[in-house]
Amino acid sequence: MVLNNIEKLLEKYDNGETSLNEEQQLKDYFSQETVAPHLEMYKPMFDYFLASQQEQFTKHLPLETKKVYNYKWLSVAAVAVLMIGFYFNNSFTQNDLGTYNEDQAQLAYNEIAKSLELVSRNFNRGTSQVSYLGAMDNASTQVNYLEAMNNPMERIFKNN
Amino acid sequence: MKQTEFLNIVMPFKDKVFRLAKRLLVSTEEAEDATQEILLKLWKNKTKIGEYKNIEAFSMTMTKNFCFDKLKSKQAQNLKIVHSNYEDKNVGLQKQLELNDSIGWVGKIMEDLPQQQKMVIQLRDIEQYDFDEIAKMLDMTNTAVRVTLSRARKTIREKLTNTHNYGIK
Repeated sequence: MVLNNIEKLLEKYDNGETSLNEEQQLKDYFSQETVAPHLEMYKPMFDYFLASQQEQFTKHLPLETKKVYNYKWLSVAAVAVLMIGFYFNNSFTQNDLGTYNEDQAQLAYNEIAKSLELVSRNFNRGTSQVSYLGAMDNASTQVNYLEAMNNPMERIFKNN
Repeated sequence: MKQTEFLNIVMPFKDKVFRLAKRLLVSTEEAEDATQEILLKLWKNKTKIGEYKNIEAFSMTMTKNFCFDKLKSKQAQNLKIVHSNYEDKNVGLQKQLELNDSIGWVGKIMEDLPQQQKMVIQLRDIEQYDFDEIAKMLDMTNTAVRVTLSRARKTIREKLTNTHNYGIK
């Protein structure tokens, strides 16, 4: 009776028509120690299915939650640093400059004029000495005549 | 989404993903790598997980596609020789399987099946999904799944019957 039922189920099973429930019945039947001799070839198949179900994934999963840095705040900080930088920069340079008042301006003008005069005087002395170079120029133009000499000489050598 | 939440979603079917990957890729190491990669992909797209209708079926489809890519890629072709003499490190189960020689036979027979049949058998007889789910996962029609399944089962039975008879006589 039971065997008959199983055989019917097996036929349906081979045709791919069994429901999950019926397949479970088959699996239960074939998980017994002893099965009908003429159905024995099915046993390893169902045993294999059962054994395969046991297999598990054991490898570690490296699930890393990447920390997302809040770049908004980074920019705010950068701007703040820049602002502080500019603020101090300005205040320092202002202290250093220390503007002259009107009396001192005249004094400063005189001082500048004096020093510029000194520079120009020295400069002029320099130029007078440079004027000797003019003589050099003359000489070099005369040397150029020598090249005119070369031309006829080349012609002579070619003829030979 | 937090890590524990994600794990709660993934836990129930991570073994199924692994087993399907192993069915297709044969070697345990490869299957482990594939599973890891698939789960990490899910993790990366965790914000979209809510949009998937059936995350489990979706992952199985992903596994199928991923394994096919793996098999097609050059890397797998180079590894082919290695595959056949791969030493399975998972000693416990392998031993258990080899204890009963004919169970080992089933595994070998299944390796020789075409990919489609392998997957259908895996999803139906081992993971016990119903036909509609399998059809959705593998992008087949319901009847095509049944036909494939029937063919696979018959092939396995025939080969088993042969070896069984040889064993006796």
